[in-house]
Amino acid sequence: MQANAEITPLWHDICAESELISNSGICALIDDQQIAIFTLDLAEGRTLYAVSNWDPVGKANVIYRGIIGSVGSEPVVASPLYKEHYSLISGRCMENDGVSLMVYDAQIVDGRVQIAI
Amino acid sequence: MVGHHFVEQLVSSQYACNITVLSGEKRLAYDRVHLSSWFSGSNASDLAMTDEQTYQQWGVNFELDAQVIDIDRVHKTVSTATKTFSYDVLVLATGSYPFVPPIPGNDQPHCLVYRTIEDLEAIEASATESKVGVVVGGGLLGLEAANALKQAGLETHVVEFAPQLMAVQLDGQGGDLLRQKIEDLGVTVHTQKATQVIEAGNDCRYRMVFADESFLETDMILFSAGIRPSDFLGKKAELAVGERGGIVINDQCQTSDPNIYAIGECALWENRIFGLVAPGYTMARTVAAQIAGGEGAFTGADMSTKLKLMGVEVGSIGDAHGKTPGALSYTYHNQPDGVYKKLVVDATQKHVLGAVLVGDTGDYDTLLQYSLNGIELPQKPESLILPSAGEQPALGADALPDSATICSCHNVAKCDITQAIDSGCCSLGDVKSATKASTGCGGCTALLKNVVDSELEKRGVEVSKAICEHFDYTRQELFHIVKVEGIRSFDDLLAKHGTGLGCDICKPAVGSILASVWNDYILSQNNLPLQDTNDTYLGNMQKDGTYSIVPRIPGGEITPEGLILIGEVAKKYGLYTKITGGQRIDLFGARVDQLPDIWQTLIDGGFETGHAYAKGLRTVKSCVGSTWCRYGVQDSVGEAINIENRYKGLRGPHKIKFAVSGCTRECAEAQSKDIGIIATENGWNLYVCGNGGMKPRHADLFATDLDTQTLIKYIDRVLMFYVKTADRLQRTSVWMENLEGGLDYLKAVVIKDSLGMAEELEGQMQLIVDAYQCEWKTTLASEESRKRFRQFVNSKQTDSNIQFVDERGQIRPATEAEKIAGEARIPVEVI
Ligand code: SRM
Ligand SMILES: Cc1cc2nc3c(=O)[nH]c(=O)nc-3n(C[C@H](O)[C@H](O)[C@H](O)COP(=O)(O)OP(=O)(O)OC[C@H]3O[C@@H](n4cnc5c(N)ncnc54)[C@H](O)[C@@H]3O)c2cc1C
Ligand code: SF4
Ligand code: FES
Repeated sequence: MQANAEITPLWHDICAESELISNSGICALIDDQQIAIFTLDLAEGRTLYAVSNWDPVGKANVIYRGIIGSVGSEPVVASPLYKEHYSLISGRCMENDGVSLMVYDAQIVDGRVQIAI
Repeated sequence: MVGHHFVEQLVSSQYACNITVLSGEKRLAYDRVHLSSWFSGSNASDLAMTDEQTYQQWGVNFELDAQVIDIDRVHKTVSTATKTFSYDVLVLATGSYPFVPPIPGNDQPHCLVYRTIEDLEAIEASATESKVGVVVGGGLLGLEAANALKQAGLETHVVEFAPQLMAVQLDGQGGDLLRQKIEDLGVTVHTQKATQVIEAGNDCRYRMVFADESFLETDMILFSAGIRPSDFLGKKAELAVGERGGIVINDQCQTSDPNIYAIGECALWENRIFGLVAPGYTMARTVAAQIAGGEGAFTGADMSTKLKLMGVEVGSIGDAHGKTPGALSYTYHNQPDGVYKKLVVDATQKHVLGAVLVGDTGDYDTLLQYSLNGIELPQKPESLILPSAGEQPALGADALPDSATICSCHNVAKCDITQAIDSGCCSLGDVKSATKASTGCGGCTALLKNVVDSELEKRGVEVSKAICEHFDYTRQELFHIVKVEGIRSFDDLLAKHGTGLGCDICKPAVGSILASVWNDYILSQNNLPLQDTNDTYLGNMQKDGTYSIVPRIPGGEITPEGLILIGEVAKKYGLYTKITGGQRIDLFGARVDQLPDIWQTLIDGGFETGHAYAKGLRTVKSCVGSTWCRYGVQDSVGEAINIENRYKGLRGPHKIKFAVSGCTRECAEAQSKDIGIIATENGWNLYVCGNGGMKPRHADLFATDLDTQTLIKYIDRVLMFYVKTADRLQRTSVWMENLEGGLDYLKAVVIKDSLGMAEELEGQMQLIVDAYQCEWKTTLASEESRKRFRQFVNSKQTDSNIQFVDERGQIRPATEAEKIAGEARIPVEVI
């Protein structure tokens, strides 16, 4: 079981679903890690995305305060500092190959938001 | 015009010499090409190409009203009636004069010509006493003159000797179509009429009797039957002069006396006179280069023209008449739509020789480039003038060689434009001011824009008119849609008119439009996700992720209690404190989680948000004004406070700044603001569209001596018109520079209500004024909104990356190195 726990990321309970902000972001602290959680609400339903909150270009913990949107068909967040766009799916930076965000799994279970790291 | 261009060139070459300009007119150079704009409202100062101050700055001597009457080539002097001047080098740029046919009776009071500002004044005066006007001559200038008479409200006729109009530029069919179109506009055209005599009329002042014994009665006559070079000085000084006039010049523009040059319309090169500005400017550059020691030669010039006469588009390129041996032509004639196009090609059908376009000059730029640059024609040359004949091989800006001349007036090639962009120009306006392209006759405007757009695009600058990939509309179009369709949310707009999820460009833009149209709370559930972080957290984000706090201090007036409160807040939260350039106080270094408490304290103490984060009204700066200052003539502080309170909360395409000065000494620097107000003895002078910042622009004087009520009315209208029509992130200064018709147009819209929308604009502004709320107050009133200011949803900890060090007794963000070395401190919690 020990080995298994190392590969399977652990789901962390974060907050109630009602704390999410529609089409915008919030931030969670898990151990020492800051995670930005975005909520995309479309007619088809709600999708959660979780990425690291550290802006690798601006060097500040601000990603969750960025505007979300799309580039082509890919959902992205724009850094509020210098406006680089990061894919919410892969964490890739559209303007700068040298940097990226970490991506995490996020889910809603029984009205609670959970993140796996 | 050409003489001035020469002076300008010589001055900018920095060649050390004494320049003296002798002007026969009572003013310095002005723009003859746009003379006709006089009749649509421009005045002598709009037409001026320079002013006395500029010449003084340049160290250029000048004499006005200084008609030169003699040249002494032996002693190298020229003299006017009163003075003599000596020269090393003499440049004659005496232009030409209108030719008045020798018809008996042509010297009566209402027989006029069209060349100088004084002529315009005479025409205007005569028009007020006349009902019918005749223009003699159906060339380019004649038709322009006819337009002027038409605008002056006269029944207008054009009398032409030749069988067609614009015989120099157009072929018979083109001329016929032009005639038809001009007659449709209510101007009567009489061709093949030779006037014999002008005698007293029965119904009108004069009667013109023609060779065929028919006659026409009119109250005034404007002669525009061609120009004749002003070569009288040349003749008198025994310089070589052409048989039909014109001072003979060689390729260096030297006359038969090597110390005397002639340029512009008075010069005769290879037996030709060039009656356009572009060739004259080329001559001017040639001579300036000669004198400054360089080389250069005049090798002829292109006489192609494109113009809009009474709304009719006309273009003529190169050998329009197909006179070159072996020339072949293609024509397209669409009678119902009134379009005629002729393309003249060489015998091999590889190159364009010339073209005639009437009714639609859309192909002009492309054809001109084919012709000027000898670009090889496509397989089916006719496709260039046929509408929708398959894919038209449009000659994009990219297809042009680097050497292609884009602006012939100022001899600007494509490579000059790329160079200007490479050295930092990033808009059409920048390129225009750096290269002067398109500031002469204006004929190259469309082409220049294409080249600039395409070059900017290549460098990754967004120039598409669409705001972003999610909306195929400009900001103005979106504004219109939101207003007309009553749309109140981004999602609604996206569903109806956009694609994808939106982005950091369209969301804030739409957020701002919604705010401008409805002034709803910007952080309502719908609007919140649209805002930039600065708007979401109602403060400007700093480099370390903290925010700044700027309470509104209307007009810069603050009580000691206010100052103390701000000081206390700053002290309690350990904030860096600074006086801003906008006459208020900025507190830096507040963490997102501290913002609500800080603002609560400020609001309880009577402050409001200063909107320092908003694309909207920022500050109204004031000087101390008449209350205290011994020179002040009005209460500038009081006025500034009222105005700031009126417009606070207004959002627009970009930020908006005002200032009010108490007298002409202008201590509030109002002329560098979007809206500037300067007190006069009788009220207020209003200035608009100034800018400090990256590209300073002096505001334009808009109206004078206004009472407060009218002042407010005009500001309402100007601002709302800006909000409605400007591009995303376009300050008023750039908006004005791009506004077609410029200041005069804006005056017409605002003062004369030419669009009939003044009431709507005022109403819209009133709506915004009435819907004002302090966003911080609204935000703090709701527990839900307050929750957004937590750094973490699941923890009370603060962001450990925010660390400060001390400097000059206050905090500043720690550098990476200081953080690593542990020299920085994490601020203490304030409970
Ligand atoms: C605080 C202040 C500097 C200061 O310490 O004095 C300041 C600070 C900033 N200015 Fe400014 N400007 C400040 C007065 C000015 C002035 C002077 C004035 O208003 O009299 C100008 C020139 C005048 C003008 O705007 O025409 C000025 C021209 C700019 C520009 C260039 C605008 C332009 O059109 O060229 C920018 C960039 C922009 O807006 O795109 C800018 C942008 C900024 C930003 C918003 C940059 C940013 O995104 O962080 C800074 C925000 C600081 C903050 O967090 O509050 N700031 N800025 C001044 C605040 C005044 C206030 O009380 O609101
Ligand atoms: C209504 C109008 C519309 C036009 N539209 C166009 C157009 O669309 N495109 C285009 O390319 N061109 C156009 N032109 C032509 C253009 O204006 C001329 O080509 C240009 O002005 C020629 O410049 P210049 O310096 O040679 O002559 P001018 O501009 O005429 O300057 C000559 C100056 O020399 C002065 N002068 C003459 N003799 C003496 C003397 N003895 N002593 C002192 N001073 C003297 C004159 O008073 C005058 O001020 C237009 C002209 C007019 C009148
Ligand atoms: S602008 Fe005039 S009134 Fe205002 S402070 Fe300066 S001198 Fe005094
Ligand atoms: S060609 Fe005349 S302004 Fe450019």
